[in-house]
This record gives sequence, C-alpha cells and structure tokens, in this order.
Amino acid sequence: MPDENQGPSSNGQIAGPNRVVGQRVHRYGGVDRVTGAQRYLSDITFTDAAHVAFATVPVGCAAIDAIDTSPAVAMPGVIAVVHADDLPQPVARFGISHKDRPVIATKAVNYHGEPVVAVVAETEDEARAAANAVVIHYTELTGVYGLDAALAGDARLVQDPSVRPGDDLNSTNVLEQVEYAWGDADSEGASSHTIIEDTYMFPMVTHFPIEPGGIVAVPTDDGGIEVYSPVQHPYLLQRTIAEVWSIPLSRVRVIAPDPGGGFGGKQTPRYEPLIAFLALKTGRTCRLVLSLEEAFQMMRRSGCRIHARTGFTEAGELTFHEMQVDFVVGAYADVAPRVMTKGSYVGAGPYRIPRVSINARAVLTNTVPSCAFRGFGAPQVGWATESQLDAGARALGLDSLEMRRRNLVQHDEAFIRGDYEARADGRWHESLEKAAELIGWHEPTPSGRGRGISVGIKPGATTGLSQSMVRLLYDGSAMAYAGTSDMGQGARTLWKQILADELGVDLDLITIISGDTNAVPFDLQTSASRSTVFMGNAVLAACEDIRDRVLELYAEATETAQSELSHAPGQLVTPSGAISLVEAAQTALGGLRGEFVGQGTSRLWGTKGHPLGGDASFYEFNATAIEVEVDRVTGEILLTKHVTVGDVGTEINPLQVVSQDEGAAIMGLGHSLMEQMLFDEHGQILNLGAIDYRIPTFNDVALEMQTASVENHDGPGPYGCKGISEGALLCTAGAVGAAVADAIGTPVRDLPITAERVWRTIRDANCDSPD
Amino acid sequence: MTDSPVRPTSEVPVALELNGEHVRATIPAHRTLLDMLRDDLGLCGTKRCCAEGECGACSVLLDGELVNSCLVLGAEADGGALLTIEGVSMDGVTDLQEEFLAAGAVQCGVCIPGQVMAAEQLLQTNPNASRNEIRDAMSGNLCRCASYQRIVEAIQNAAAGRRTDA
Repeated sequence: MPDENQGPSSNGQIAGPNRVVGQRVHRYGGVDRVTGAQRYLSDITFTDAAHVAFATVPVGCAAIDAIDTSPAVAMPGVIAVVHADDLPQPVARFGISHKDRPVIATKAVNYHGEPVVAVVAETEDEARAAANAVVIHYTELTGVYGLDAALAGDARLVQDPSVRPGDDLNSTNVLEQVEYAWGDADSEGASSHTIIEDTYMFPMVTHFPIEPGGIVAVPTDDGGIEVYSPVQHPYLLQRTIAEVWSIPLSRVRVIAPDPGGGFGGKQTPRYEPLIAFLALKTGRTCRLVLSLEEAFQMMRRSGCRIHARTGFTEAGELTFHEMQVDFVVGAYADVAPRVMTKGSYVGAGPYRIPRVSINARAVLTNTVPSCAFRGFGAPQVGWATESQLDAGARALGLDSLEMRRRNLVQHDEAFIRGDYEARADGRWHESLEKAAELIGWHEPTPSGRGRGISVGIKPGATTGLSQSMVRLLYDGSAMAYAGTSDMGQGARTLWKQILADELGVDLDLITIISGDTNAVPFDLQTSASRSTVFMGNAVLAACEDIRDRVLELYAEATETAQSELSHAPGQLVTPSGAISLVEAAQTALGGLRGEFVGQGTSRLWGTKGHPLGGDASFYEFNATAIEVEVDRVTGEILLTKHVTVGDVGTEINPLQVVSQDEGAAIMGLGHSLMEQMLFDEHGQILNLGAIDYRIPTFNDVALEMQTASVENHDGPGPYGCKGISEGALLCTAGAVGAAVADAIGTPVRDLPITAERVWRTIRDANCDSPD
Repeated sequence: MTDSPVRPTSEVPVALELNGEHVRATIPAHRTLLDMLRDDLGLCGTKRCCAEGECGACSVLLDGELVNSCLVLGAEADGGALLTIEGVSMDGVTDLQEEFLAAGAVQCGVCIPGQVMAAEQLLQTNPNASRNEIRDAMSGNLCRCASYQRIVEAIQNAAAGRRTDA
C-alpha cells in the first residue's frame, strides 16, 4: 500500500499512453440519464413498502399544546401515527457542530415546515390523507424572522439555553461568532483619500434540486437498518443513524442513489433518523418521497446582511476594510456556523489590504435551517466587498478593472495576514485579464448598457480523507470503488479517465462503484469541490499501488529481478522493452488467474489553532464580467454578455468543466436577479413552488455567454488540477450589480436586483436630483 | 388542520396506446398521468419534480402534444396515444440524445428526459428553429444544473444533423 498521499502527485504532467485525461469524455451514467433509465431514489421499487407523510403547522414558531391522532389512526391503511411522545425520551438531537436538531419537533415548532407528526400508511395517498386528518393544537408564539428581531435585547430565544449547555452565547440568538483582524488601526486616517460605508443584503435562497429527494429505511433481520437516501455524505449519515439509535456502524448500511442535484442541499441528515425509527418501530420498509415544497422547507442558503466601511488612496489602493457580517442561519445549526466562519474568512477578498477587521455572526431565526450551498458563504460576503470596490472606483473616477488590477494580489502574495496567513495559490491576474478580454472591456460600452467585472474566491477543503480501492481484473477490465456521490458534477467520469490513463485500460471496460457503505471504502464527504483533488489523488494512488503489485508479481513469475523492472502509466518496462500493464498483469497472474487490488488514501490533517481548522488545500478563484441593458421605464434587465474565467489548474475533462462553470454562473444569476424566499409575519414561506419562487430558465441566460479557464497545472490534485464547480457563481452578483450601476448611474445594494428594485432606484435617484 | 382529507374512492379503467403498444389499467380517478406511468405502469423514466405543471420534468407527448403529465389525469389519456422517454429510447440512444451527451448537457440528469421530450417535439414542429426560438420553446423545462447553453447546442446540432440526413 502506498504512503498516504496529499499534495502534488504526477503534478503538471498529463500521464499515460491513452491520454484520455484532458479529453471531452462523455459523462459516466449519461446514457441512462438521457433515456430515463437512471433510477433516482423515488424510481426504486421496494416490495411491501409503507409510505410516510408529515403533518406540520402553518406558522414558524409555536408551542405544541396537544396532538389528536385519533382521526388519523382510524383512517384506511394507517399503520402508525408518531410524534415526539412516541420516541425514546428525551427525544434525541443531532447535528455536526451542535446537536440541536430533534428527530421530530418536540414541544415546539421552530420553523415553518418542521415535521410534528409522521404517519405511516400502506399507500402514499393514505399517508397524506391521514396526515391531513391529524389535529395539532398549538399556540402561535412571536417568532423571530429577521435579523433585527433576532438581535433585539428582548428577543425570544429560538433555542432554549438547555440545547447549548455551557455555551456563553446560549442566552442570545447568536449561535457563533468570529473575528478576523490584522493591521494597525491608527495608520489609516492619513492614507485614506476616500472612505465608502454602506449596507448590503443577500437573500435567503433555496437549492431547488430537480429531484426533491426522499428516504427509504429498511429494517434488517440482525436488528440493523438499511437507509436509502440521495445524500452527498453517505458516511456521515451512517454515523448519525448509528449514534442516534445506538446501532453499530457495521449494521447501518447507507445506500446513496445518485442525488438528482445537490448543490450542498443534500449533505447533512435531517429526516433520516426519524424514518429509520419508523422502520424499526413498525418493522416495515418506510418510504418518504418529498414534494418540491417540502424540499424548500428542508434546505436553503443563509441570507446575509453586511455593513462595510472601506478606505482607498487617491490612486485606488485599498487602505482598510471593515465588515460586520450577519448570517441568517435559521432554527438549527446544520453546517451554518462553518458557512459563517469560512465565508467571512475570505470576506475581504483576494486583495492586498493593510488593515482588515471582520466581525461575523451566525444568527438563529425561526426559519428553515440553512446549510451548505455552492459557494459556502463566500458569495454573500463577496457581494458586499466587490460592491465596495466599485463604489470606490466610482467615487475616484477609476475604471473598475483598473481598481482590481491595483489591489489583486500576485501569485504567492498574502491576501490574509496575521497568525495564519493565506497566499495566492494561482496566477489570478491571468483570470482577471482574460475575463476583461473576453467581454471586450477595452471597447466602448454600447449606449444604454452597463458593464461590470468582479472577482471571487473560496477556500477549498481544509481537512479531508478519501480512501479508494481499484481492482485490475484478469481480462483487462477494471473497477474503482470511490465513495464520492455523483450528483451531477460527473465525478465518476474522472475516475474512469484516471484509470484509463494510469492502468492502460479502455474507458469502456471500467466500472465505478459508489453509493454503498457496505461495499465502498470511507470517504469523508462530497463537498467543497474537493473530490477531484482528494478522491482523485486516492484513485491515482490506488492505480500506482496496482502497478507496484504487478511489477512484484511479474518479477516473481518471470524470475526477473525487481530492480530490472519499472512501471509507467499503463505500462510495465522490462529489460526487453515496455509492455502494456494488462499484458504484464496477465503474465504475472498466470494460470491461476486472480486479480490485482490496489488501495489509495488521500488525507489532509488540519492545523491546530487555525481558524478554519487548517489551510485550504486550494482556492477557487474566478473572474466574472457582465454586460446588461436596462429598460429605464420598467427596470427590467437584459443580460447581453456573461463571461467567467476560472483558475482551474488542469482541466481533466473540459466538457465537464464547461458544464459546471456555466451551471454555476447561471445559478449565480438566481440570487443576483430573481431568487428570494419570502416570509409573512407568521413565518410562513410565501413562495413555495417553482413559479412563485422563480429560478433561471433558458430565457434568463445571457444573449452571449462564455466560460473559460486558466490552466497553470498548479493545483494539488491529479495532474495539477484544482477543484472547480463553485467558482463561477462566487462573484456573479458583484458583476451584475456593477453592470446595473454602470447602466443606471446608481447602485442597488439589496439582492436580488429585481426589476422593481431597479425601477425604485431610478425613481429615487430622480427624486433626489430633479431635472 | 382544516383541509378535508382526500379519500380516494372510485376507480376507472383506462386503455391507451403507450409507446406503440396497447395498455390497459384500472386506476383511482384522481390519479395523474404522471403517477399512473410511474406507479401503475412501472415506467419511471418520466421524472417527478414540482408535480404542478411548473418545471417540465414530467413532459410527455399525448396525441402529439407536449404536456406536463402531472397536469393530466390518467383517465384523460383514455383512448389516446402516449409517447414517453422509454418510447423515444426504444431503439437505443437517438441522434438527439447523443447530441445531449456530446454537448455536455447532462449533469444530474433528472430534468433530462423531459428536456429530450420537449426538444424532440420542437425538432418535429420547427426543424429550423433559431437559437431564440429554441430558448422560447424550451423555457418551460427547468434545469437547476443550468445546462441551458449545452441543451441549446445539442438541439442545434441534432437539427443540423437531421437536415443533412434529409
């Protein structure tokens, strides 16, 4: 077994005689997806499955007084009606950083949509009908639905202090807070020519995966359980079920069918412990299929308010940047504290700033618990910082590209200072210049239009562990076991490409196994665009392990000294020349046949004391440029050009890089232009559903759109790659906002920049200065 | 809760031509065509997302018309001719589906069967559609992976291929 492998590996070289790395290889599982044969969770048939439906209350904050289940129990097909009193007491709570989420609402409802009662029935119709028949007597309480309400001195506490024992903040609605600071506050006054101070809002948005999701739990004969859930982190779910119900890991099997879109929304367990309980209690296979509305009530991005104060020299150099950042995280922690910590860590952007002060808080409210979402806090804070740079540029009469040229750090220059500094791991100016070139920044902006250019940065994973196993079979086919969830990013395609190059096996002869904790070795998680780097290195190491083993056995079988042999991607080099690895393997295995099994591990330990738990293994850096046309009468925005450039290290599959970059960029248009979850005074979500909520469609894509990459082969992953997939939405809002401000002469500081907000901004500007 | 519970009572017989074959089923009167396909006939290629006619994931062709199968009752398909993604794919991957793969249009994949149905209908009714016409025609099919550019490219390439073959 090779040494644990983290860091550049085969760095910078495109390996292997096959050379399929770097090619536009079609997506693994693509044929099943275009023909409808792909089985997502709700497409899988379970014999004798019972169906689950939830009963909820139509408010965001309530005390549960009494529950009358009798009308539901009497209905046809009903097997069980379960609420908190029916669970082992006290009702278990779970979560990653805070064990604060109860298995089912216990005594209180803390957000609109929190399940209060679960009904198990023979059919889906019967379960829903019975859930409707349950009578929940509740008293609505004055919930806190916004930041000001949550932070008021006399605010109702979203979480009882007993949920966070020993926590200094448990008598407030602040779940966690951090402070990042460097530089000398006394030195700024003299050097700052212009100071900009403003407040920016970023909306709560929901992931809206086209597969809303669901869970199936199957009790097993040995007292264990199988849980089917389209999750990004099967091993976290396995651990959670095992801990909540005291079952050994070996008897908790998680099967994770390919998620039909994740975007961060399918990382953490929510209803799985409850469905597992129902299955264990009834002895039946229990199946929950979520509606889209229920998915809205299960996942969202944290909204954010950022107050920023920024100083510039007359030449446009940043002198200081201060921010108060408040994330609206919702009723339970999920991974929101981490979103707050990580997003605000890079809050000052990839710039050279002598003094920075960032105070960030994760604030509890009676809303859907927020979780990871593509960009992980960086888009929220970046919206304010990028807007501040543009405001500074306008005040100084400076071009906004020039503003970024003057402040963006060079390669290996620190952009985060202090005890745990971070340096640019890429040549980021190249991305900025390429974006400017692609949108034609040097050409005059057509009349009636506006342009904006913006940059974004996000730290990749700071710790990680991915383990992989690869089997080279006698007939020259191969299998890789890799626990990355393939939710649309196309991870398995890359493992195939790596195997093809490293083992010299045809792409068509490779099978990838994933999504089953009983079969596949441990992988920490599918998040933070880590998989190509971490699992990629593990798969690469497993292939190298196989080549070592082939060499050893070939030496034994042919009575050749090992020292006379060496291997290279796809090849064994013998004294009489190079032969294909498959031929060498067959010779080595001989008449008994058999196979070679290789293992690979990629592990990144954290750094003690580091505010993120460790240095980021890489940074995603992106430059986005946008051109818009604004209808000054209606406020409507037409996107005429949209360009993004990512610093990717190496494109292992250019086709997938384009798909992911375009997808992220268009998703970024959602929170920039149209998406926001709206709540009424009772904490009810007003826009549950596709039309009322509104995500980008075919017609919202820019008239001209182009994504591009900078490849310097300088990443820590296979062949010098970095993670991608989030970069292209990090600074969409900044570029859109700058373009709109350029077109109408006044900035809009609250996202989304809807036609109504643009219209109001134009109207208010005209009122201020009547002609 | 004040909602009156749904109490499925009556069942109705349905006979239709499904992907070229005669099919009979007895279904609850309230059952949608989408649920009938998936739950009663075992055809899960037609995917379910919003289930209220807003996302296009469940698009099928009923008597040649593109419909959201979640907005049509199974009973309404009685006597009709229905084409689903399974029917389109009966003889293997079509030129259009191949172009989807080549263009990188397929990511998570849940919306793709519906996209293919809408695109196939477009190619048959407007084989020379412009880029804007394609965007308009496809705008009822949501893709959260936002493969929109890739899908437009795939449709354009398939259309070009069919013109060459014609």
